[in-house]
Amino acid sequence: MKMTENATVGEKRSGRNEKRSKEPLLHITKRTDIPLSRAIIIRAVAVVSALVFGGIVTIFLTGDNPISIYVTIFEGAFGNSTRIWFTFQQIAILLCISLAVTPAFKMRFWNIGAEGQVLIGCLATAMCMFLLGDIMPTWLLILTMTVASIAAGIIWGVIPAVFKANWGTNETLFTLMMNYVAIQLIECFLKIADKSGSNTVGPDKLNNGWLPNLFGQQYLLNIVIVAVLTAVMYIYLKYTKQGYEISVVGESVNTAKYIGINVKKVIIRTMALSGAVCGLAGLLLVGGTSHSIDSNLADNRGFTAIMVSWLAKFNPIMMIFTTFLIVFLERGADEISSKFGLNSSFSDILTGIILFFIIGSEFFVQYQVHVNKNHRIFAKTRKER
Amino acid sequence: MTGSVIIQFIQSSIAQGTPLLFGSTGEILTEKSGNLNLGIPGVMYIGGICGVIGGFLYQQSTTKVVPVLAVLIPLIFSLAGSLLASLLYCFLTVTLRANQNVTGLALTTFGVGFGNFFGGSLIKLVNSDVPSIALTKIAKAYKQPLPFADKLGWFGEVFLSYGFMVYLAIILAVVASWFLKKTRRGLHLRAVGENPATADAAGINVAKNKYYATCIGGMIAGLGGLYYVMDYTNGVWSNNGFGDRGWLAIALVIFSMWKPNLGIIGSYLFGALYILFNYLSVNIAMMHIIQMLPYLVTIIVLIITSMRNKKENQPPASLGLSYFREDR
Repeated sequence: MKMTENATVGEKRSGRNEKRSKEPLLHITKRTDIPLSRAIIIRAVAVVSALVFGGIVTIFLTGDNPISIYVTIFEGAFGNSTRIWFTFQQIAILLCISLAVTPAFKMRFWNIGAEGQVLIGCLATAMCMFLLGDIMPTWLLILTMTVASIAAGIIWGVIPAVFKANWGTNETLFTLMMNYVAIQLIECFLKIADKSGSNTVGPDKLNNGWLPNLFGQQYLLNIVIVAVLTAVMYIYLKYTKQGYEISVVGESVNTAKYIGINVKKVIIRTMALSGAVCGLAGLLLVGGTSHSIDSNLADNRGFTAIMVSWLAKFNPIMMIFTTFLIVFLERGADEISSKFGLNSSFSDILTGIILFFIIGSEFFVQYQVHVNKNHRIFAKTRKER
Repeated sequence: MTGSVIIQFIQSSIAQGTPLLFGSTGEILTEKSGNLNLGIPGVMYIGGICGVIGGFLYQQSTTKVVPVLAVLIPLIFSLAGSLLASLLYCFLTVTLRANQNVTGLALTTFGVGFGNFFGGSLIKLVNSDVPSIALTKIAKAYKQPLPFADKLGWFGEVFLSYGFMVYLAIILAVVASWFLKKTRRGLHLRAVGENPATADAAGINVAKNKYYATCIGGMIAGLGGLYYVMDYTNGVWSNNGFGDRGWLAIALVIFSMWKPNLGIIGSYLFGALYILFNYLSVNIAMMHIIQMLPYLVTIIVLIITSMRNKKENQPPASLGLSYFREDR
């Protein structure tokens, strides 16, 4: 706290003895640019210290020895081929949602409604499977599901965008509220589809329209789709005119207006894209993986994706690493909690710890801290000499 | 509806609304300093579970539960827990200038996980042999109604029959309102939230104001979690039982247009909407449409306030932005 308060007393005064006591010990400046290697080292240090700290917390709670804990984490994620496939499937879904929120964030449109946009995509998919499952051939059903889920995602994303573009309605709060509207809609569907009052509609009712297995692997299609999507999103953001417009609007709305970008159009178009990819993630979740639906299906990934995307500095390629890190930890922590009979929320604690460390480390990437040699602490030691 | 049903409806609306009132009062105070603390749902979980931990340890250590200690120990634990969580948020967003949305969401992930983890593992961690965490004796101290509640007929039942935390929530909301509107410190705080650079130039300590507002706001919000476990659920913690009330509290901030005293009415209204389906003879699917109402109403309020564009009803101008003096 001290350093923010005193951050910027001018350096002109340095050297004047009578003013010495007023000068701050630490002085913070913004880095203009930082070598990539340096930035990577800072982040790596943050991740490693987070892992060490997380390890200490785990030792404290379980009483196990550190090496065995890290081995357990690794085994949880990659212990056998089923686990490996499952881990990669989880990575694919989280990455897909992270890709979805990225264009909007690059535009500084704080869409925290990815959760709702995914869920509404799930709902659209499940409704197609439930209502049309018996009357359509599988290929037509899958096509309908795809269109429906993407359309649903677009609608959920565009509604807040229209209000933001025209009246400046706060998008963070708007998209947040839309999540809960989507959740209640799903609950409503569950009660209609399953009269027994259970909280999920399972594969027995959604028995048609499953996405095909590639080479006998259930999850492979999802992984391939998301891999292609990652490449496309990278190119879209980096090399297309629309991608460029997004970053200009993100940097400064006034600049964008000045150079003739239609800001309203960009906001609405980008949110439509965000919503569409979220809807697609819903399709992959229901049609490709779970073949069932409940209101917890997105499992807070809409929120985790925001952090993943931000940690990767909105770079789709970097996002592969950040998703990997988060999913790896989650799977590992799940293994630890089941091994020691602890609650499965343990993974949330570990994820939280690692996020806090990385969030904190960004400060050292963006700012530089100078120690003021004229401060009285140093002055005193000089006198004593 | 007969009289007793109406009284019961009012009572449960108030019981449902109180955690929201704590949460929204805390969040309003926080947002007035320009910090959009999306970690509030997490902080409320932390406030709740820390109270449970305190109460559990106390109940395990003694055979005779003294009401005063039964109230104070969980209260202090809860305040300390939510203070630490808010300090972490402040340190990251104010001192280290991290993105507020990301930090807040991380805090919510952490806080909800923290709550569920200790709620599910506390018994195992302290090697106890009780089957579940049931702090009934402590809850009894929290639920102690005001005197004369049962002697004054309907008046007593509607106004006096609650535990002290219901009244505490109202008092805190009124005090927060008065503080923001009528005091110099409140004015300074609002200045920081509207335009930190101007406030800084006027000699107001921006970082200090943000720290104080966020930490005190977080502690108030944490009390919402404590009320929920100790009073509403009679001292029984169930994982994810608190549900989405934290987000509903954030919705309430918008609904009350950043005015804590409006939040009192708003919270009871939200509480009423939350339980309305119990009193209407609708089928179970419609019930969820009714539960959607608080969120829909919030969206409508958000849209109308942004369209009317009246200055006094807007979010603080620099909400969600970090302040760095050299950045301009």
